Amino acid sequence: MPREAFTADAAPAAGVTPDASRIHDIGYRHYGGVRLARGYVRRSLYIQSLRGAYGLGRSAKSKILPMILFAVMCLPASIIVAVTVYTHLSKLPLEYTRYAIDLQTVIGLFTAAQAPQAVSRDLRFKTVPLYFCRPMERIDYVIAKYGAMASALFILTGVPLVILYVGALLAKLDLATQTAGFGKGLLAAALLSLLFGGIGLVIAALTPRRGFGVAAVIAVLILSYATVSSVQAVAYGQGHTGAISWLGLFSPITLIDGVQSWWLGATSSFVSGYGPPNAAVGVLYLLVVLGLIAGSFALLMRRYRKVGLG
Amino acid sequence: MSAASVMYNPTVARLTYRALLGRRRALILFALPLLLLVISAAVRTLSGADDSTASGILSGFALATMVPLIGVIAGTGAIGSEIDDGSLLYLLAKPVKRSTIIVTKLLVAIGVSVGFAAMPTFFAGLILDGNGQHLAVAFGVAAVLASLAYSAIFLFLGVVTRHAVVVGLVYALLWESLIGNLVPGARTLSVQQWALALAQKVADPGAVSSSVGLPTAVVLLICVTLAATWFAGRRLRSLTLAGEE
Repeated sequence: MPREAFTADAAPAAGVTPDASRIHDIGYRHYGGVRLARGYVRRSLYIQSLRGAYGLGRSAKSKILPMILFAVMCLPASIIVAVTVYTHLSKLPLEYTRYAIDLQTVIGLFTAAQAPQAVSRDLRFKTVPLYFCRPMERIDYVIAKYGAMASALFILTGVPLVILYVGALLAKLDLATQTAGFGKGLLAAALLSLLFGGIGLVIAALTPRRGFGVAAVIAVLILSYATVSSVQAVAYGQGHTGAISWLGLFSPITLIDGVQSWWLGATSSFVSGYGPPNAAVGVLYLLVVLGLIAGSFALLMRRYRKVGLG
Repeated sequence: MSAASVMYNPTVARLTYRALLGRRRALILFALPLLLLVISAAVRTLSGADDSTASGILSGFALATMVPLIGVIAGTGAIGSEIDDGSLLYLLAKPVKRSTIIVTKLLVAIGVSVGFAAMPTFFAGLILDGNGQHLAVAFGVAAVLASLAYSAIFLFLGVVTRHAVVVGLVYALLWESLIGNLVPGARTLSVQQWALALAQKVADPGAVSSSVGLPTAVVLLICVTLAATWFAGRRLRSLTLAGEE
């Protein structure tokens, strides 16, 4: 006899009871712990993404590239420190703020390799909707991913500065000067990390294909610099020195260079050191950088408004 | 069946073209050469025809940055995306020789690189100074040969590793620029320098300089291209598709 028939017979006999249905306790253990809220999800996702940027908690193969790039980033700093200590220089042969500019290719490659890693796979394997099943909002996801990418970049750019600073103190260079330079370097590195992380994530979040994301990020970061610097060189050769500082507005790394040479008193790496000529242009550089950071955050928010569907 | 059709399969070629030029990927492929031409036009109007400026832009921007970048996109994109999404299996299941697949994909990658990197380089040279000191032709030829080598190398990388794009970029950007500047010996193993050696031969004396001799460059260029193609075909014969890490 089919089951439905049995219950159909039984129901009228019992009469109409208001709460005939109930969830039976079949003996599973109850969850008695604390119900963790959005903050905890956000923190977990942040830590997981930050570790993922260096390949921690992933396969050995994924550790190779970020670790190599990290080592390449720290190696020149160690060499500079060794030279400073053994030849008794009176100051570091390189400004703290200049370090990231000189090694921008490495930073660009790291961003290009790890930004798609952070967001593209979630899109490709359609795990984003699963994240949003949890009590987390769109803004939590964006903050966690953006924060993790910027932190990973800040570690990449900041650790060499720490090596330089510690080395400078070991070489008994002037404490006050070195601390000031170190602080400025860290500030510039933080701005750079936010800017590069934002640009990288926005481009990477547009495509579920990791390989294409890598190429697109590198095209924007490296090619814009190649363009700007070659046009700057032409402008210098033609004597249009006023144009040099304006051209710097068109690539991420020259933006950082402009900000730090106006605001932090660094020597500009533009041809012959033609940084922003006055405070107005310097403020414009800073505004463009902050605008780009805010803009990439807004674009990421917009990107995840309707996601996992296409 | 003729020998040519044994090594070239039109269906595979059509699929590869569509993978490379379809959708957003084409955007970056069109944007890069366009950028080069716009810059060239801007520089020409700003400063007039000048050989040293032209040489600087063609070697610093076109040959050092754009050609490798297009090479990476074309070379790895020709096979990497199919390996990535697993659709290569359907292609491998067809009665087509693995070496035919590789050679066809290589030809398509070369075609795309030449069309999107070498031709624009030549035209940029014409815009910049109208082939003064034969610079446009020299850099055009250099870019064609560099495209050939890059396509073969990056196609090989695409078969060998899932991180082909990153590895390719590390080679193109770190090895050729950063390490090449620090350790002069590393330049002997740089595709860019081999291409420059040819440009040096074609252009007027003194217009272009390379740190590799012409015979060395030609021999290395041919060897690397052939070796990369052969190894790629060999690797494809025993390919296993690994999961995403």
